[in-house]
Amino acid sequence: MATFFGEVLSVYSRAVEEDDDDLDAENEDEQIHREIEEKREVHIAWCTEVAQSLEGSGSNKLQCSDLIIAVGPNAAGFLSAYVLNTESWDAVGHASLWNERSRGSSRQSIAPLPGEPACLFYRHRDNPAVLVCQSTCYIAEDQLFQWTEKVFGCLQKRGLSVMVLSDSPVAEYKTPDYLYGSAVPFLRSLKSSASKSQALCPALEQPNILTGLPAAVLSHCQVHQIPAVLYQCYTDVISPDSITMETYKPVLLCLSKLVKLEPCLSADVLRKFAIITEAQSNLYT
Amino acid sequence: MMFVATECTQTSFKDFTLIMPAISVGNVGQLAVDLIVSTLNMCRVGYIHTDCLIPMAGNNPYATFAENANDLSTNAEVYSSPELRLAVLQIRTPIIQTKSKKFCKLMVSWIKASGFSRTVLLSSSHAYQRDDQQLLGSPLRYLQTPSMQKVTGDRLKEMEWREMETVSAFPGVTDSEQRLYIPGGGATKGLFTDSCAEDIPMAVVLIFCSEGDNIPDAFTLLNHLNTWLHLVDAPAQTQPKWRIPASWRLLFGSGIPPALF
Repeated sequence: MATFFGEVLSVYSRAVEEDDDDLDAENEDEQIHREIEEKREVHIAWCTEVAQSLEGSGSNKLQCSDLIIAVGPNAAGFLSAYVLNTESWDAVGHASLWNERSRGSSRQSIAPLPGEPACLFYRHRDNPAVLVCQSTCYIAEDQLFQWTEKVFGCLQKRGLSVMVLSDSPVAEYKTPDYLYGSAVPFLRSLKSSASKSQALCPALEQPNILTGLPAAVLSHCQVHQIPAVLYQCYTDVISPDSITMETYKPVLLCLSKLVKLEPCLSADVLRKFAIITEAQSNLYT
Repeated sequence: MMFVATECTQTSFKDFTLIMPAISVGNVGQLAVDLIVSTLNMCRVGYIHTDCLIPMAGNNPYATFAENANDLSTNAEVYSSPELRLAVLQIRTPIIQTKSKKFCKLMVSWIKASGFSRTVLLSSSHAYQRDDQQLLGSPLRYLQTPSMQKVTGDRLKEMEWREMETVSAFPGVTDSEQRLYIPGGGATKGLFTDSCAEDIPMAVVLIFCSEGDNIPDAFTLLNHLNTWLHLVDAPAQTQPKWRIPASWRLLFGSGIPPALF
């Protein structure tokens, strides 16, 4: 691309370049590609009880009325603080995968350590049809479809409703009017066509879009006519923080209809889930 | 790849014309397709649900009023206009790099199975790669598969369209074989060669351009296509009127903080 000042900039083009060498792929190359593909496979590991239920059911699927997925540290922290804080939840499984930013799959069968970025599933003891998934690890673009197909492949489609809570940086939010600091963080919603529920906040305006795991889940629900609603929280803080987590509170209205929630949360509990960023260097203070 | 129909819609594409974009430099094909769907008010009839494309979701990009603003849109959708016997596929995200060949094969097999009478692939190629001859005259080119040649005959040549030039496999060597080279065209060459092999009537219409504000390129490509397919009527000597969709707002970022100046 040439600019007005005469210099030529090499611009990154979104077009995927054709690689003519691919035409004569050697057997060796094919094998390497296959090995990489196997390494990048997504594995869902269920606990023994759930694995037995899956085998016991004729269709190899779990009964699930509500699946709540939290993507990102603030969404996951919100669920931990407001929903998973009672003793009524059992950890029933995890997804393990490997990519350049998430190196989990070396320990496929072992559950992730607490605090490690991971993808964990919980089930409510009194209402086992309610599943919660907390996803704090990075899932690469080529793994998103597989993750979604494998997770939804384990669930009965009939009677299923999905809710997704997702964090997003406010820098990615496009709006014609400049957003002043006091407006942030805020929620926006998106629904699949099959969802008849009222959203608790304004819909995500054009031209904003979803990417990543929330997009993969919502697309799957849209295509397969599963009622799904997503709440995206735009925040200007990179690390998990209590104010951002509290922004998800309107969602408690829907969640309280599914499971019994602990009332009156103290600020201390929320702070436990927020990371305190320490100043790395005092050079400029 | 699955074509999944939306509920309550007819999904026979027999003898329809399919227009689809290649993900190419400047995203010109995709912009042109947006204009077609928006102007002709086409109705969504299905999704392409595949692991070959990066996932994406958002509200209806062609919303014209509050009621239809909240239909969820995915990364690859098929729109149809039965009166025009026209189907349009819009692809909104890049092809995952390792899955390019698979995508071409799946696309070609879907086109074949659906029975489209002809397919038009809208694409683009890097302007900076043009040779001396290509720098002169129109930046628009076309290609057609042998099966398409049987359908259109010499129509495109008669309209004075220029066929995309081949390049020498070994530049500088005389008598070296000529091959097709579409830099920046993404999967264009793959789709075209696979269509030739499968006897699919396909025409590629492309424009030379660079990354930047590619809206004018989209209009140029689409007006050129319209002289052949007559998607929209235009009085003689004037360009047809295309409707810009709501999703084209803020292509270059959000509003600027007023305190900046």
